[in-house]
Amino acid sequence: MTTTPVLEAIDETLETQGKPPVNVIYEWLTTVDHKKIGLMYIVYALIFLVVAGFEAILMRIQLAIPNNHFVSPQVFNQLFTMHGTTMVFFMGMPILFGMGNYLVPLMIGARDMAFPRLNAFSFWISAFAGILLYFSYFGASGLYAAGSAPDVGWFAYAPLTSKVFSPGHSTDYWTLAVFLSGVGSIGTALNIVTTIICMRCKGMKMSRMPLLPWLYLVMSGLVFVAVSPLTAAQVMLTLDRYLGAHFFDTQAGGSAILWMHFFWIFGHPEVYVLVLPAFAFANEVIPVFSRKAMFGYPAMVAASVAIGFISLSVWAHHMFTVGMGPAGNTFFVFATMVISVPTGIKIFNWLATIWGGKIIFAVPMMFMVGFLFQFLIAGLTGIMLSAAPFDWQLSASYFVVAHFHYVLVGAIVFSLFGAFYYWYPKVTGKMMSDTLGKWHFWLFLIGFHLTFDFMHVPGLLGMPRRIYTYEAGRGWDTLNFIVGVGAIFQAAGTLVLVYNMIHSYYKGKEAGHDPWDAWTLEWSVPSPPPSYNFAIEPTVNSRRPLWDLKHPEDPDSDYE
Amino acid sequence: MTEPRCGFARFLHASTYCLPLVAATTFAQSPTNIFDPAGTPARDIFGLSMLVLSITLVIFLIVAGLLLYALIRFRHRSTDSDREPAQIYGSNQIELSWTVIPILIVVTLFLTTTRVILGTEAIPKPASAMDVTVIGHQFWWEYNYPKLGVVTANELHVPISDPATPTPTYLTMSSADVDHSFWIPRLAGKTDLLPNRINTMWIDPQATGLYLGQCAQYCGTQHAKMLLRVYAQTPQEFAAWIEQQKKPAQQEFPGNPAATEGQSVFMKNACINCHTVKGTVATGRFGPDLTHLASRDTIASGPIQNTPENLRKWVEDPNSMKPGSLMPSMHLDDHDLDVITAYLSQLH
Repeated sequence: MTTTPVLEAIDETLETQGKPPVNVIYEWLTTVDHKKIGLMYIVYALIFLVVAGFEAILMRIQLAIPNNHFVSPQVFNQLFTMHGTTMVFFMGMPILFGMGNYLVPLMIGARDMAFPRLNAFSFWISAFAGILLYFSYFGASGLYAAGSAPDVGWFAYAPLTSKVFSPGHSTDYWTLAVFLSGVGSIGTALNIVTTIICMRCKGMKMSRMPLLPWLYLVMSGLVFVAVSPLTAAQVMLTLDRYLGAHFFDTQAGGSAILWMHFFWIFGHPEVYVLVLPAFAFANEVIPVFSRKAMFGYPAMVAASVAIGFISLSVWAHHMFTVGMGPAGNTFFVFATMVISVPTGIKIFNWLATIWGGKIIFAVPMMFMVGFLFQFLIAGLTGIMLSAAPFDWQLSASYFVVAHFHYVLVGAIVFSLFGAFYYWYPKVTGKMMSDTLGKWHFWLFLIGFHLTFDFMHVPGLLGMPRRIYTYEAGRGWDTLNFIVGVGAIFQAAGTLVLVYNMIHSYYKGKEAGHDPWDAWTLEWSVPSPPPSYNFAIEPTVNSRRPLWDLKHPEDPDSDYE
Repeated sequence: MTEPRCGFARFLHASTYCLPLVAATTFAQSPTNIFDPAGTPARDIFGLSMLVLSITLVIFLIVAGLLLYALIRFRHRSTDSDREPAQIYGSNQIELSWTVIPILIVVTLFLTTTRVILGTEAIPKPASAMDVTVIGHQFWWEYNYPKLGVVTANELHVPISDPATPTPTYLTMSSADVDHSFWIPRLAGKTDLLPNRINTMWIDPQATGLYLGQCAQYCGTQHAKMLLRVYAQTPQEFAAWIEQQKKPAQQEFPGNPAATEGQSVFMKNACINCHTVKGTVATGRFGPDLTHLASRDTIASGPIQNTPENLRKWVEDPNSMKPGSLMPSMHLDDHDLDVITAYLSQLH
């Protein structure tokens, strides 16, 4: 890529190196560059990953042996509430929004997001929400009465959250934090949709857009329809708690089930809000490391859109035990089972993509292989849970905990880690250490399977979730001990990743602009990309513009 | 098969034999194993789960096998040429086949599932059924036998139901405060107890014995120790138990002055605001009915054995045994604790 003298001048002006540190901080605090905002999201989410992971370790220590007194029931209940809330709202959503913020404009050939200042606003309000949630540890019962974090669960079922059963302010911190994070999420979703619809470069029809922006488009659509009801529910709960409304206040005739519907109308699409970006990363990494085009691009797009729509009609499969009656139950059984069809199409298309390829097992691909197998298992346990009578046994048991951690960690986190290793060179201009990457992979893989494979079994043996202790003699002891050991392996793996990211930033090999010999637009610009992304607005003729450049004898455009 | 040489291989070799053994023992020993059904709803669910498990296992073996094969067969070797592999963009026939086959599997599974749902939720209640009203409380269970005039707590007694003369127990359930969930894995799946709502479920244990379970919906601080105990008895044993429970509480304690004094301490304190002792001034409904407390095996809804020592410790400070329990310590002195324990131990 050639650069014009004018753009070089802009480059110098925007260059932060060599400036006094206070200017660098000011620069980051006031930036509207989608890449910097993306990075801030990622760093902020990684901090919360470590915090919520630490909370998980404390819980696993408590449960490693029966009748343990490591933490009190009050503290344990705060731990699982904070762990769940943090992982979903302050780790999962921000980190995926961060990746999207960074990658979407680069991949569609745009210079920034559609609304750069809204983008900055969304980030800062989400960051503030996370800080607010943790401030409850100090502030929920007056500034100096520490230790009153929310303890109503991340699902905050009514009426446990009403003033009667949850006095004090801890639940209000939860409500406000989730509300504000929702405002940020909706802002970002709006931005991503507008950017994708309006700012694609010349020649990039929707049918030529890479799969990652496609999936972010579906994900952002889901954020609108899923997060809005949650935000409304937070307002209603606050009205209940402070103005004597009775939406969820059962002591005055309100409905506990109304809250469940509101919560799961958000909560189930939320799973797909989190998993669609994970599919997106796999869609970019798997073809490149198999050296093949994505198999069945139109089917992949159709399946993603179908998953988006169907995911809106499955929420009540979280409520098979509340007594909806046979008609309601069978409807939600069917909707839930049907979603396995488009999901299956995705897995088979990934299989067909690696079939006949030349698979290179670099670290990003290793994580994607883990993703494929674990997502397969997560999907199959999902089918088990969709059979309502089986779910009457398994819901709210440790089997469910194992199932959704297979989705959230086995699929999403593995895919995300793969994405880190894949795009790190683009972001920093340095390669991540391969040796450390393999240590990270194996530690995390072993830890993951020790923890979540064995976690299925206590569920089958009748162990409910959210209990701070249990008596011996139920057959749960050994299993919980193994699960605890696995958690420590995962923590070690994550620390290796954090070390690797910092270490490679200073000591890593130079990456060049296209270290993986990839095909999408972000690899056509220098690493790290300049703040205006593209010196000249690119023009594309196919789904893999760089493939066409590298293989003029056999361009992609002939096959589309 | 030859014995492997190196240590790690030998370890793997041993584990292939040990793992199923360990798994089998773990499952066999658990009193709350969902795969060891002892009643009709649990048995129907067990049948369905075996079908679901076999279908998903077959899918797993096929897909994981293909993935593993592809990853090994098509891995990049150092001897490979530098040429990119053939680019294949898709195939309508293949993609159609892996859309249609899953749809067929889904339809099969859906129809089977629906049959079990209807078989549990939509069959008529037999005339011989017994009714029990269950109310969930933070953190204990209240059981009412409306037709038999018995109220008890935490330990549910039901007659066994043999296939010749089915006597299922129909549970009509609600909650006095927050959400709870009733779950005895060996008898049936769980059903939630919700405030302002009445849910029903039924159980029909087919062998005598004690069936364990616990609250499965997070309900506050002591969710963990809201345990469930169901005693399935022969019709004769059950009838005898009912006869005993119908009687009002014992009022006279000849030859036991401690119990007599304990009774008056109990009646003079705030105990009576929360607890009922049938035939006395104690008519509180907030806590468990204590009329026949001594006939129960456990206190505090399951986690503590009902012995005089434990009872004394419990009355002295419930939160030391079950933090988060809503029963306050009444700050009784040692003498009062002794006599109250003597009194409560006589409530057979």
